[in-house]
Amino acid sequence: MCKLSSIGDLNKYYVMLARKPGELLFQHSHSHLYYTLGFSAERYYPEYCLVLGQQRLIKFNIVRERGLTEREKENGCSSSAAAVTTANPLTCSLFPSQGLRGTTSGLQWTKRQCTRKASALTVTAKFELKPPPYPMDALEPHMSKDTFEYHWGKHHRAYVNNLNKQIEGTELDETLLDDAVLITYNKGDPLPAFNNAAQAWNHEFFWESMKPGGGGKPSGQLLQLIERDFGSFDKFVEEFKSAAATQFGSGWAWLVYKANRLDVGNAVNPCPSEEDKKLVIVKSPNAVNPLVWDYYPLLTIDVWEHAYYVDFQNRRPDYISTFMEKLVSWDAVSARLEVAMARAAEREIEEARKRKEEEEGNFTDKEPAEIFIDGVADDSETD
Amino acid sequence: MSKRTVEVHWKGHHGAYVEGLNKALAKSDILYGYTLDDLVKVTYNNGNPSPDFNNAAQVWNHDFFWESMQPGGGDMPELGMLEQIEKDFGSFTNFRDKFAETALTLFGSGWVWLVLKREEQRLEVVKTQNAVTPIVWGDIPIINLDMWEHAYYLDYKNDKENYVNAFMDHLVSWNMAMARLAHAEAFVNLGEPKIPIA
Repeated sequence: MCKLSSIGDLNKYYVMLARKPGELLFQHSHSHLYYTLGFSAERYYPEYCLVLGQQRLIKFNIVRERGLTEREKENGCSSSAAAVTTANPLTCSLFPSQGLRGTTSGLQWTKRQCTRKASALTVTAKFELKPPPYPMDALEPHMSKDTFEYHWGKHHRAYVNNLNKQIEGTELDETLLDDAVLITYNKGDPLPAFNNAAQAWNHEFFWESMKPGGGGKPSGQLLQLIERDFGSFDKFVEEFKSAAATQFGSGWAWLVYKANRLDVGNAVNPCPSEEDKKLVIVKSPNAVNPLVWDYYPLLTIDVWEHAYYVDFQNRRPDYISTFMEKLVSWDAVSARLEVAMARAAEREIEEARKRKEEEEGNFTDKEPAEIFIDGVADDSETD
Repeated sequence: MSKRTVEVHWKGHHGAYVEGLNKALAKSDILYGYTLDDLVKVTYNNGNPSPDFNNAAQVWNHDFFWESMQPGGGDMPELGMLEQIEKDFGSFTNFRDKFAETALTLFGSGWVWLVLKREEQRLEVVKTQNAVTPIVWGDIPIINLDMWEHAYYLDYKNDKENYVNAFMDHLVSWNMAMARLAHAEAFVNLGEPKIPIA
C-alpha cells in the first residue's frame, strides 16, 4: 500500500508535526490531502509513525505549502507546513519550538505502539472537490468563467460526488486518490469506480497545470530535458499539440517523466544512466491517465469536448494553441519534474538495495557448500 | 436543438469528417471505389480499424443521425414499428427508459442506437464508443442518438438527461424508423406476416 519512498536516512526526509489528530496538514505535490495520524496513516504507513512525547509525527518526503481550505480556517488551524529540499536536514520551519533542528536523538521510534488518542475530530474519508488555485475568472479571456463554472462546478463536482458514493463502505474509502486510481484500474480491467476516480484526479491535475498569465517558455532543468528529448522547445510544442489534436473522442494529452524499467524477472539495466529517464508525450482516452502505466505525469490538457466547447466550439486546435501560449503553468510542471526525478532516484536506490540483499542472501546459502582450497576466506560477503 | 448547434455540428464536425475522408480517399485508389457503407466495414477491418475508419464511420453516423430526426418529431411510433417495439421491449415506455438509461451511462464519446439484430431477429438498444457503428457487426440500425458532447453542449451543457428527453419527445423521426424497419424486413425475418382471413 505504501506509495512513499523507503525510510532511509531520517535526515533526508521531512518530518511534519501533527498538532492534533485529524488536522489537515499539507498537500502532496500531486495535490492530495494528507492527514495527520489517524487510523489510515497508521495502517498504511506504520514505518512512518513515530512518537515524540505526546506528539505523533509522520514522515513524508516531498511536500509543498498550501493554503488552508475554508473549513480549516473555521476550525482555526494555523498555516500549514512548508516544503524543504533534500539537502537540509530537518530545517522545517515548524520545528523551532520543538528544538528538533539537526538532532535526531530526541525522537523515539515506536512502531505501532502509538497510543491513539480518541479524537474529537474524525478524519473524513471522502474525497473533496478542491477548487482551482485561482478564481474562476482568472483565466479570462483564454478560458472563460462560464467554462469554469460548468467544467469545475458541474463535471468535476459530479465525478467527485459519484466517486464518494461508489466507494462508501469499501476499502477504497480510506485510500488516497492516487492509490484509488491504481487500484480501480485493476491492471486493465477497470472497476466501476475507475472512471470517477481517474477523472477526479485528472481534473485536479489539470487545474494546477494552468495559471493566470501562464504560457511562455519553461526554464532550467525542465527546458534542458525538453531540448534533450525533443530537439527543441518548438518541436515539443508541435508534438504536444498534435497529440492533443489527434486524440479521437474524449481524452487527455500528457507530458510525462518516464523512469520505469521492465517488470520482467531479473531484467536489470546493466548501465543505468540519466539518459534512460526521459520526457515523453502520451495521449489517453476517456479517463485513463499515465499513473496506470507507471509514468510520472507532469502536464496535461483536457481534450474532452466539454473543456473547450463553450469557448471554442469545434475549434480544438485553437483551444490547444491558446492553452500552450497563454495558460500553461511551467512552474507547476518544473516542480512536478523535480518531485518525479527525486522519486525515481529513490526508487532506484531502494531496488538496488533489495537486489543487494537478495544476492547476499544467496551467498550465505551457498557458503557451507564451498571449500576454500586456497585458504582465502571470502570476507566480502560477510556483514 | 438550436440552429447554432446544428450549424456548428453539421458544418464544423460533420464537415470536417467529410473533408478528412475525402482527402484520404484522394490518396487511395482502392478505397476510392467503395460506397460509404462498404468503406466503413472495410476500414473497420474486423476490430482492427485503419486510420480512415474514424472519418468514414463518423460521416456515416452523422448522415444517419440527421435523418433520424425531423421537425415536429418525437411522440410515439405507430403500427408495425410500435408492435415490434412492444414485442421486443414489453412496452414503449420500457424501450424509452432503456434508451435513456443507455445514453446516460455512456462514458466518454459515443452513440446510442436502436438496432435490429440480424442473428437474434429482434430490436435492441446498444451503445458504441467514439465512431463505432453497428453495421460493422452486420446489424441494421433503426435510429441513433449522438452522445458526443459536441451534440448537446451548446444547448444543454452537461444536462444529458434533458437532451435525451428532448430528442425522444420532439426530435426523433419515427417515420424514418418505420421506413428503415420495413427495408430491414427484407433481410431479417421478423415473423410471418398477418394475412387477414377473407
